[in-house]
Amino acid sequence: MWEKKPVLLLIMATGAILVGTIITMVLPFAWVNTEADRIESVTPYTALQQEGRDIYIRDGCNNCHTQTVRPLVAEVIRYGDYSKSGEFVYDRPFLWGSKRTGPDLARLGGKYPDEWHYKHMESPRAMVPKTNMPDYGWLADNQLNPQKIKRKMDVLGFPYTDDEIKALAGKNEMDAIIAYMQKLGSDIPWREAVEITIVGDLQNPFKGDAAAVSAGKLLYMENCAQCHAEDLSGDIGPELDGANYDEAELFELIYLGIPDGGMPPYSKLGAQKVWQMVNYLQEGQ
Amino acid sequence: MEKTEYNYDIVRSFVNWSIVWGVVAVLVGVIVSFQMVEPGLNFAPYLTFGRLRPIHTNAGIYGWGVGVIFATFLYIVQRLCKTRLWSDGLAKFQLWFFNATIIASAVTLLLGYTTSKEYHEMEWPIDVMVVILWVAFAVNIIMTIIKRREEHMYISLWYMMASLIGVAILYLTNSAAMPVSLFKSYSAYAGTNDANVHWWFAHNAVAMALTAPPLAMFYYFLPKSTGVPIYSHRLSIIAFWSLIFMYLWTGAHHLLWTPVPDWIQTLAMAFSVMLIAPSWGSVFNGYLSMGGQWHQMRENYLVKFLIVGITFYGMQTLQGPMQAVRTFSAFIHYTDWIPAHIHMGTMGWVSMISFASIYFLIPRVYGRQLYSIPLANLQFWLILVGQLIWSFSLWIAGVLQAGMWNAMNPDGSLTYTFLETMVEMYPYWWVRAGGGLIYFAGILVFIYNLYMTVQKGESVPSAAAFAEGRA
Repeated sequence: MWEKKPVLLLIMATGAILVGTIITMVLPFAWVNTEADRIESVTPYTALQQEGRDIYIRDGCNNCHTQTVRPLVAEVIRYGDYSKSGEFVYDRPFLWGSKRTGPDLARLGGKYPDEWHYKHMESPRAMVPKTNMPDYGWLADNQLNPQKIKRKMDVLGFPYTDDEIKALAGKNEMDAIIAYMQKLGSDIPWREAVEITIVGDLQNPFKGDAAAVSAGKLLYMENCAQCHAEDLSGDIGPELDGANYDEAELFELIYLGIPDGGMPPYSKLGAQKVWQMVNYLQEGQ
Repeated sequence: MEKTEYNYDIVRSFVNWSIVWGVVAVLVGVIVSFQMVEPGLNFAPYLTFGRLRPIHTNAGIYGWGVGVIFATFLYIVQRLCKTRLWSDGLAKFQLWFFNATIIASAVTLLLGYTTSKEYHEMEWPIDVMVVILWVAFAVNIIMTIIKRREEHMYISLWYMMASLIGVAILYLTNSAAMPVSLFKSYSAYAGTNDANVHWWFAHNAVAMALTAPPLAMFYYFLPKSTGVPIYSHRLSIIAFWSLIFMYLWTGAHHLLWTPVPDWIQTLAMAFSVMLIAPSWGSVFNGYLSMGGQWHQMRENYLVKFLIVGITFYGMQTLQGPMQAVRTFSAFIHYTDWIPAHIHMGTMGWVSMISFASIYFLIPRVYGRQLYSIPLANLQFWLILVGQLIWSFSLWIAGVLQAGMWNAMNPDGSLTYTFLETMVEMYPYWWVRAGGGLIYFAGILVFIYNLYMTVQKGESVPSAAAFAEGRA
């Protein structure tokens, strides 16, 4: 019967399409972004951060980077605490992405100091050899337009002060995108929550082992040289002189990092690799 | 039988323009595949991977995919309804507005005016254009169906009508935004809601633009090419209704393990697995229609394109549900496996059916025999081999990448840094780029063959022979 009545077919098809639509797309609005998943410490973006987010969108960063950490063991170790719904209530649009050509950025905020980002955005290969990320140094050539950003904040309904808008003059797109990246995932105190405590006495398993020293050197070049320079003379991070620390102290520093000081923890590399770096720093120079 | 004058001019134009945008899509695809192995090929600010990749996907979906939908539907609807198009003027408007929309999309995306929502990147003024375009198309098709001179509506018309409705609902809902200026808007939905709405849209855009329409083409062009009817009418009824009912539940399988509520993810997973049934209903209906006709795979190049195309649809609709299962998604999601999956669907299924449809249409709308069947066969092998190289290299890469991301040492630390996993990808990315080049060569052969057909093809002995063909 419907095979002979086009209007009937259209109505039936609309009905068939709407059932799944209403249940899985409309209904969830009753659960999501409600009081139930509100997180008190999550705040709207500042004018500078929001502009940075819009630049991130404009240049399609989401084509290679995701922004959601799944509750899976290897993923939480690699990136940090898994993402919570309440962390995204100010995200218009969402930027979870679908492909990790580069790493996930949901927990990037506070991982590296600003200076690391400026250098990395200008020339990713200088910091991460063999990456395929394009250079974004040209962002620093584009000045921000405070009035335009003010209008965006009005549309979004985010709070701002006139001083904050005035301060945008003279800032460029690089400042904005880095301000945005430094906020990512840092509204909840997840680093404190996953803090590792080292228990027991630390014993250097490689004392006097030359192979460990050369393995440690390779690891240093890959993980540390971008901030502390290949000759340990320091750059973004301070000059390193292994003689100033005892080995247990050095291990702890590398393993746990200095979360407030811009030094990321390297526990995810495992104790063995961290010990190799300790041995390189103490004996390899 | 009363002779009907069909409007073939508009079909010709849409065939030609869809091919133009198809070339753009594949060419940009090849460019971005080389950018992934050689970052020096990014030329800021416009010609970077981040800005070009949406042009690749949108030119493919809306320029090539939808362009072929317009060409074939405007042909099929006239034939199946045994009547001329309801409005020639509206169709002409649709043609020019289609090209204006695609050009506006490409230019604005290049300039960085984007919403970032995958397969829906264009900013709000272009959303408005798309809506006008789709309404013009839908009105023409529906009105033609209403004034049809054949009481019974064939399967292809059901899929067309479902697609008209589905795309309208999806596109309008996902477009909702708060404009800041002509080139910038913010989504009407925030965070997790936005993600759920968006993947409901994006997955079902695949259903309503890249599944239902190619099925409409398949159900029409397969019997037309083989000369024998579809095996089971009842099976096509069951497959149609269950397909359009179940698809809409599955969007959240793109969001497994994210903050989207678990029950939505579970429903999406269950319905994705259930979707195997209607998908394979159509695959089997196609295969069984070949009963006693399998020799045509050797003798009839159109049948070869169509049957290999539906076979890729079958593979696609087994692999997709597999990826939609939580445990496998945990392993494979976000890796290079995913683009391999998508490209089997676009390069294998949708484009194979589209090429067959265009090969079928050209002699009928131009009144000339195909210039060279050997060249059509050459194209078949180039696109088949190109696509298989493309997909297999990234399937292997994806499994390798997933394994390395998850590898852990006995003390619970990670075996590989992210960069170590990326470095392993380069050889596979090179192979993929090579597969893309072979596919592109196939398209050049296709265009050459069509050009020569129009220029030099023998004229069809009696155009009336086609006009009186089986409806």
